[in-house]
Amino acid sequence: MKIEGKKRLWQDYQKEIATDNYFYARSCIRQNFFPASEKTFLRVMREELNKDVYEDPRHTTCSGIVYHSDLVTMDTTMTVIARQFSLMTESGRKNYVPSCITSFGLYTEVLEMWEHFPELETKAREMLWKATGREFEKPENVAHASDIIYKFRNEIASRGKFRLVNHRTGQPLRGVEHIGCHYSKMFPHKGVGGAEYPYVLVGMIEAFGGEVVDYPERRHCCGFGFRQYVVKANRGFSISSSRKKFESMAPYKPDFILTNCPGCPYFLDRWQYAISEMEGVTYGENGYGIPVLTYEELAGLVLGYDPWDLGLQTHQVSVEPLLEKMGIPYNPATKYLGAQGQDLGRPEKPSVLKVY
Amino acid sequence: MGQIIDRLKQDIRFEEGMNACINCGTCTAICPAAEFYNYDPRQVVVDVQSNNEEKIIELLKGETIWYCGECMSCKTRCPRSNTPGLIIMALRALSQELGYFTESEKGRQQLVLKRTVGEWSLKHGYCMYPEALTTHNFPEQGPIWDWEHGNLHAVMERLGANFQGEGPGILRKIPQESLDELYKIFEVTGGLDRFENIEKCSQKKAEEFGMSFDETINNEYFDHIFVQNNGEHFKE
Repeated sequence: MKIEGKKRLWQDYQKEIATDNYFYARSCIRQNFFPASEKTFLRVMREELNKDVYEDPRHTTCSGIVYHSDLVTMDTTMTVIARQFSLMTESGRKNYVPSCITSFGLYTEVLEMWEHFPELETKAREMLWKATGREFEKPENVAHASDIIYKFRNEIASRGKFRLVNHRTGQPLRGVEHIGCHYSKMFPHKGVGGAEYPYVLVGMIEAFGGEVVDYPERRHCCGFGFRQYVVKANRGFSISSSRKKFESMAPYKPDFILTNCPGCPYFLDRWQYAISEMEGVTYGENGYGIPVLTYEELAGLVLGYDPWDLGLQTHQVSVEPLLEKMGIPYNPATKYLGAQGQDLGRPEKPSVLKVY
Repeated sequence: MGQIIDRLKQDIRFEEGMNACINCGTCTAICPAAEFYNYDPRQVVVDVQSNNEEKIIELLKGETIWYCGECMSCKTRCPRSNTPGLIIMALRALSQELGYFTESEKGRQQLVLKRTVGEWSLKHGYCMYPEALTTHNFPEQGPIWDWEHGNLHAVMERLGANFQGEGPGILRKIPQESLDELYKIFEVTGGLDRFENIEKCSQKKAEEFGMSFDETINNEYFDHIFVQNNGEHFKE
């Protein structure tokens, strides 16, 4: 195929990502389980890239988890989203950046639906006005926070102190990426690389010097499934889905798993622990697990941020094997200290999964 | 056309998700739930497409519609642009509106979801809230969460959160005026009506079962639906 033809085909898989003046909407799940990742995103954007990112303390859950738990109708969800847009409008920004893939999928779904059914946009405006007296403008650009890191991956790499390279051998480290179902399975043209060739995480790994490993269950769901995890009786579904991925990726001996959605790293981290307790099976080297990272944590490591500032001490699967391969120094003595250096004790060790 | 079909067609998810199904089974092949549960989204779509009200009522009262994880992998793959996941969402909504959801083990779990992610959203402004998450109910969180939970304020401070604080930041206290606006949205758009109906139908079912029921997440009926699994949901 001619180069021009290839370029034309690939254009279908690109998306527009705004370059500055962002309205940042936090993620319920990321704030609970990976709070330092959101702090890192803002640090990278403001301190490294000198970007304007605005956060309004009045924004709330987007209602995505409640919507996908089938507790509310589209009317409720699209009105909650309309309120978030109202806060963005007040701020003077037009580029909306959610920190959650469920949110990103839902914002995309609502905006597409309003395109197809303008009467529903009118209804949302009426309901928002009736409930809150608010009005809103739609964003000009919606990009997930990972899209922004992807956009500036080369700038981050050029400022980086470490690379995804084994510092002893000089060989690229091997990563598997997990894109998160709602990033591009619903609206492929809204994700970098679409549903077939999602490139948002691949682009980061490659820019940071690593190598992406393909494996058969690369696109399988992590198993969150909303009600399939929140309700204890259903969690067999959730753990089985993650297990299927681990079994599929393990033969390729990945050095790390990179994730997009805030829920996926939680499941891919914690289900490794649960499987080790249930079946005595571990998937990493020498009885450890495969380290799981958020994209913010990866960017922070590349930029040389302290691993404990990134919150890596709150992962159940130890991340130290990856740090050692990258040649990143870390201090075990400060791992579990508080902000003022106070001793917060030590977590108990799992019975099977090895941890540092 | 029957009343049930008419009501389904009023749901925008049904309108978006249901075109002409050619019964190819691609959705079932790609579906993570179909690998685990005794679940066949192709058959759900065929049943709905049949316009047979008896079959649809059977779905609304049964276990099948609650197996989907709403990952929407089916949307990407259907060669006729159907989305079984959206059809499932419309069926689940109607099952709750008609009070049929308490007729199935999986459907009854809606009360768990309402009392957790639903109520946390309105109370805190977050669908999840760390103080409510314990390894008793979420044991897979592991010893690392016990450590984190036991030092919650100190760990959140170390990680840069503004936990329960004023102003912007991670897990900040969301202003009461904002929570009031969220509540009002739920009121105006029918969200609270759905919540109340889940409560009413669940209480009735608890009485039928002879189980204690109160507004907390520590009562006999809640404990039962949170963990009950009759073992008949799975693939052989």
